[in-house]
Amino acid sequence: MWVAVLATLALTGCGKKTTKVTPPPPPPPPPAPTASLSANPDAVQAGQSTQLTWRTENANDVTLEGIGKVDANGSRTVTPNSSTTYRVVAKGPGGTQEATARVTVAAAPPPVAATASEEQLFAQNVKDVFFEYDSFDLRPDAQQQIAANADFLKQHPNLRFNVEGHCDERGSTEYNLALGDSRAAAVKEALVRGGVPANNIGTSSAGKEKPFCNESNEQCWQQNRRGHFVVQR
Amino acid sequence: MRMKRTIPVLIALFFAFGQGLPAQQDWIRTGTNLGVERVRLAVADFKPAGTDPKTAEFLKVFNDTLASDLDNAGIFDIVSKSFQPLNVPGTPQEMKLEAWGNPPANAAMVAFGNFGVAGSDVAMQGWLYDVKNPASPQVLGKQYRDPASAQNARTQAHRFANEIIFRLGGGIPGIAESKIFFVSDRTGHKEIWEMDYDGANQRGLTNLDTISLSPKASPDNTRVVFSAFARHGLELHMYSRELERLVSFPRYGGTNVSPAWSPDGSKIAFSSSMKGDSDIYVSDASGANPRRLTTSKGPDVSPVWNPKTGEQIAFVSGRSGLPQIYVMATDGTNAQRITDTGYAVSPAWSPNGQFLLFSWMRKYGPGAPGAQDIYIMDIASRQWVQLTHDAGRNDFPSWSPDGRHVIFQSTRSGQDEIWTMLADGTRQRPLTTAGKNTQPNWSLK
Repeated sequence: MWVAVLATLALTGCGKKTTKVTPPPPPPPPPAPTASLSANPDAVQAGQSTQLTWRTENANDVTLEGIGKVDANGSRTVTPNSSTTYRVVAKGPGGTQEATARVTVAAAPPPVAATASEEQLFAQNVKDVFFEYDSFDLRPDAQQQIAANADFLKQHPNLRFNVEGHCDERGSTEYNLALGDSRAAAVKEALVRGGVPANNIGTSSAGKEKPFCNESNEQCWQQNRRGHFVVQR
Repeated sequence: MRMKRTIPVLIALFFAFGQGLPAQQDWIRTGTNLGVERVRLAVADFKPAGTDPKTAEFLKVFNDTLASDLDNAGIFDIVSKSFQPLNVPGTPQEMKLEAWGNPPANAAMVAFGNFGVAGSDVAMQGWLYDVKNPASPQVLGKQYRDPASAQNARTQAHRFANEIIFRLGGGIPGIAESKIFFVSDRTGHKEIWEMDYDGANQRGLTNLDTISLSPKASPDNTRVVFSAFARHGLELHMYSRELERLVSFPRYGGTNVSPAWSPDGSKIAFSSSMKGDSDIYVSDASGANPRRLTTSKGPDVSPVWNPKTGEQIAFVSGRSGLPQIYVMATDGTNAQRITDTGYAVSPAWSPNGQFLLFSWMRKYGPGAPGAQDIYIMDIASRQWVQLTHDAGRNDFPSWSPDGRHVIFQSTRSGQDEIWTMLADGTRQRPLTTAGKNTQPNWSLK
């Protein structure tokens, strides 16, 4: 009851008040946009990448030429085929501002060196995968590694390679040869599913005949239960 | 009341300790031609014949080999030399049967004879006499003459031992002249080797400087098929014992391992991933016309024919997880799993088709004890008996052609070596000591 009375009083009081409207001040002129663009490194060899980084202020429309609309601040990896001047255009109510960065691209090195570097990249990027005992199922860490390997291998479709299946010393010689084969086949299947051309992938088994580690403990056995990636020359 | 309670307990104890093991193993001894009763046999040292100074050396080889062969045979109760009569006969005229039949010798049979170097030859005369039949005691009489050499002294002893075993062992040919093929790394690489059944005359056959595995002799013992690492993976290879070199064999690609001969020698079964997955294939003996028998995902390996019928193949498959032994028809149909648990590999089918030997880790897994032993299974009843116990990892059993013996690899001496035993698990002894020696295969001849 008291609440209703108070509410009624308050509403009545408000309704009786009158407000005086003052005109708004004139808006300040919009600030001019700013923009900056840099490339790091600014000199690369053909096939190599560089990172473009841009910053803008007071812009509502930022365009990276050749790429399109981008965020106000950001960075992007590009792989120019030849020397290129990148340009960022920032448009805002206060005008338009541009910034440029030049990336110089040196000619590709001779093909022999390119092959060698691809093999080096293979060694750096493609890692072996490991298995549970007596299993050719791909456990989660192996699936992740294979996905990472596939990303690299898809970008290097000229690389041909072999997946060798290895086993630890505890299993029997002949069964391990077949198990190693199944491990290699499981890795290949996952790579192909991940988009790597099947024709680039060879498989073989080493059973327990070519161990990486010769001690009789689980740490060593785990080292020997693997799919081993070998680039083919 | 008291009696009634005691008697069942006594009976139970009797079966558990007194009767249990021998009763269990009777079916093995019967099925493997070892027999439940052994013939009591005395093997007299052969007497030197002639005066050639080289006789003594070759005679010792002959006597040692003959005694060893007959002792190894597994079907005799051999009379200890110390129980033999002092006067050893060299001819039938010198034989006093009652001295051999009476205690302490108690022999039922006596082998005796003479041996010596005559000119450029070694010559031996040997007899087998039935002590219990004095009216007509001669069971066997043999004469051999060969160019003088220690090897021929050994060969003559093997031949005479085989004759005795054939005559007293139910007409089953002896194995003293059979060969064993195996893998040895004693030169630094795993190569294919050969030796006599008793471990003598070990010699390398291949010199591939790679890794060679799983030798299997053809039924006529003229060829040995095996698997070896080639440039792109494991391929089958064929060695001719007659040409003493490798002969051509097709390369299939993929992983090609664990070959096995059909009993008539016309086909080879093997495991191959030539089409991607590891499966059992059968090809002609030349390697032509490989045909796939299995299609399950995962490893299929180590096929072996039923040597009696030629109509079934036992193999190892990982299709249900850990490897198990399966048996299927030779067209690939009707695959049946015959081991129920653990990790079962390396099947070997007995010559009479009745048994499978295999290597079994009954409790297998992380943290499980790693015992890996040889087991024998009666295929019809699926009952099995453990043949090796508490002694290293034991794998790759192989039958002797007479079905009485088993060779296998074992780590019990500290590294893989080849061991031999009777098919009931008794009398285990090593045949190799140099380097690591694995995957023995006993020739059928």
